Amino acid sequence: MAHTALTIATDRIRLPHLLSDTRYRDKTLQAIAAVLILTVLGWLISNTLTNMAALGKPISFGFLFDKAGYDINQSLIPYSPESSHLRAALTGLVNTLVVAAMGCATATVLGLFIGIARLSPNRPLAGLARVYVEVFRNVPVLLWLLLIFALITEALPPPSAFRGADHTATMWLSDSIAVTNRGVFVPSLSFTTPGGAWMLVAAIIGAGACSFALARVADRRQRATGRRPGTWLPALGIWIALVGLAVVWSGPALTVPELKGFNFRGGVHLRNSLIALWLALSLYTAAFVAEIVRSGIAAVAEGQKEAAASLGLSPGQTMRLVVLPQAQRVIIPPLISQYLSLTKNSSLAIAVGYMDLTGTLMGITLNQTGRELEAVLLGMGFYLSVSAGVSVALNWYNARVQWKER
Amino acid sequence: MNPVTKPVMASAVGLLVAVMGAIPALADTLETVRERGRLVCGVNTGLAGFSYTDSKGEWAGFDVDICRAVAAATLGDGDAVEFVPLTGKTRFTALSSGEIDILSRNTTWTYSRDTELAADFTGTTYYDGQGFLIRKAVGIESAKDLDGATVCIQTGTTTELNLSEFFLSNGMSYEPVPIESPAEAQQQYLAQSCDVYTADTSALAAARSSFADPTAHMILPEVISKEPLGPLVRHGDDRWADIVGWTVRALVAAEELGLTSENVDEQAAASKVPEVGRLLGTDGDLGAMNGLSAGWARDAIAAVGNYGEMFSRNLGTDSPIGLERGLNALWTNGGLQYAPPFR
Repeated sequence: MAHTALTIATDRIRLPHLLSDTRYRDKTLQAIAAVLILTVLGWLISNTLTNMAALGKPISFGFLFDKAGYDINQSLIPYSPESSHLRAALTGLVNTLVVAAMGCATATVLGLFIGIARLSPNRPLAGLARVYVEVFRNVPVLLWLLLIFALITEALPPPSAFRGADHTATMWLSDSIAVTNRGVFVPSLSFTTPGGAWMLVAAIIGAGACSFALARVADRRQRATGRRPGTWLPALGIWIALVGLAVVWSGPALTVPELKGFNFRGGVHLRNSLIALWLALSLYTAAFVAEIVRSGIAAVAEGQKEAAASLGLSPGQTMRLVVLPQAQRVIIPPLISQYLSLTKNSSLAIAVGYMDLTGTLMGITLNQTGRELEAVLLGMGFYLSVSAGVSVALNWYNARVQWKER
Repeated sequence: MNPVTKPVMASAVGLLVAVMGAIPALADTLETVRERGRLVCGVNTGLAGFSYTDSKGEWAGFDVDICRAVAAATLGDGDAVEFVPLTGKTRFTALSSGEIDILSRNTTWTYSRDTELAADFTGTTYYDGQGFLIRKAVGIESAKDLDGATVCIQTGTTTELNLSEFFLSNGMSYEPVPIESPAEAQQQYLAQSCDVYTADTSALAAARSSFADPTAHMILPEVISKEPLGPLVRHGDDRWADIVGWTVRALVAAEELGLTSENVDEQAAASKVPEVGRLLGTDGDLGAMNGLSAGWARDAIAAVGNYGEMFSRNLGTDSPIGLERGLNALWTNGGLQYAPPFR
């Protein structure tokens, strides 16, 4: 029997067998499907190329290296109108990442608190959290964005209201913070010693690492002897010594924003477009995060809380040490989707004039150069890589915190 | 082949053939417009004097009248137009994708738009220049004093590029507030989110006319650029470009020849001036040379009037916008509006 099967397989494959023989049929059909898909794809691409060439606009990415000629108000990397379109796109990309990171952080913290509040035995608090979730979840994020932007623009005073003897607005915190309808101006830190900022950052990281090590030592001692040595005094000493030295050496100075000419100058300018976008994305996504947190907490068996309570843990400790760590494995996968949604929703930035990737590459550059297809393809590529990057990083984290069952 | 895979295969092959066969050809715009029975015209989303919807909900304005004139010339009916409101950013894509037949939306004629963008400018309907609108209360007399100002600017425009060049070459800095539409710009400017609003002077005058207190605002004296505005069409359809261009020229020639929407019919019958006869189709048939009827120019003039009528109705000193003819006077009056001969 085995002999005959072998002969069919090796010697007598004929064309009809490819479809009639169940051993080959699947592969044959897959091969045909693959050829068809590739043909259609190839046709689409070549047709696009031909048509673009016929329109007198052959596909080319050379425009990326031409002078951009337009200004971008928020650029965390060096940019001027003399820079290239590519640099403008990167500036936009950095702006996208900034608002996405700020939004994700705020939405997580806010969502966590609201999610916990929804399950609170305190009725008014739970009700309030519920109203929040329903209101924010059921209105499109674009409307929240426009509403917040309109409120900032119309309700806050313009810089000119701070001017003169009969000024109608005053700065906050002994004239150091100006809240205007063009954004918030806050004091900035500068250092007299070159590299002072890095010195300070290094000192803070170093002190943090020392505190962590102290806590580990204390943990080990506690496990061995049942007694935990006090760590806060030596930790405080290390912090004061390291950070204090760095501060003295680097010579920090505060630059306070001042009204000069048309605008406030000096300090850090958080533009109203950034604030509106950040708030809208955070508040909207927080509603979804809250629901995810609620479902995660609800998934933890009630017995866990009862057991924690019987050990004498306070409700706060129960939540922090027992419930949330277990809820995490339910929470994280849907949370990843929320982070990705928030990042993609940041492309609504153009509605309030925040210069993100959609505003620079897929907005002004596209329009000034007329390279629609190229700009949109590049933009999609950027978003795809950012989303894939976020996804990979968080999936790795998720794999780490999941239950290890052996 | 088993009965399940057969139809799947057949439809896959059918799809492939259908898609392969559907290679679009570049169509003849005049034929497309005639078949459709109306002209599709891209206009501004709302700019007083140029393109706006009036109290009856109908599109009106200088750029809108150009669309009506072309519709009258090609279809014999100035109302056979479908208007597509477009922002500064969406306009060129709408044109190149074939969504609209003409873009008549205060668009500046530049080298790169004419060449790289694969559009064809058909003439200049309005000679403009970029200026700055500011509150009188700020107390600034010159654009050279704008260092550090926050400037509202429509993105994707030539004004945006001029602005950065102006500040760069004068060694000044500014903070751009990018916006999408004139309405948004006005709202931001009035809320003092920006100190200055920069755009073509005609657009600034139009914006100012709609403010509650127009006298509190002034246009600074500096005009920092040349902005020849006019309708444009896709590259590659020469006859269509000729039709749009010569329709505009017919309106200019009509003013020069004293033809108005009121007297055009009477003049067609009575005038002894040879060029009037040629233009209005009573002497020879210029229309046929361009695939149009003999009365194409007559229809256009009857629909919107001559260039001067169009200007004074929409933009002139008698309209709320209150613009002088200036560069846009006829060449015979010291302006730049000049139509090549109709012969």
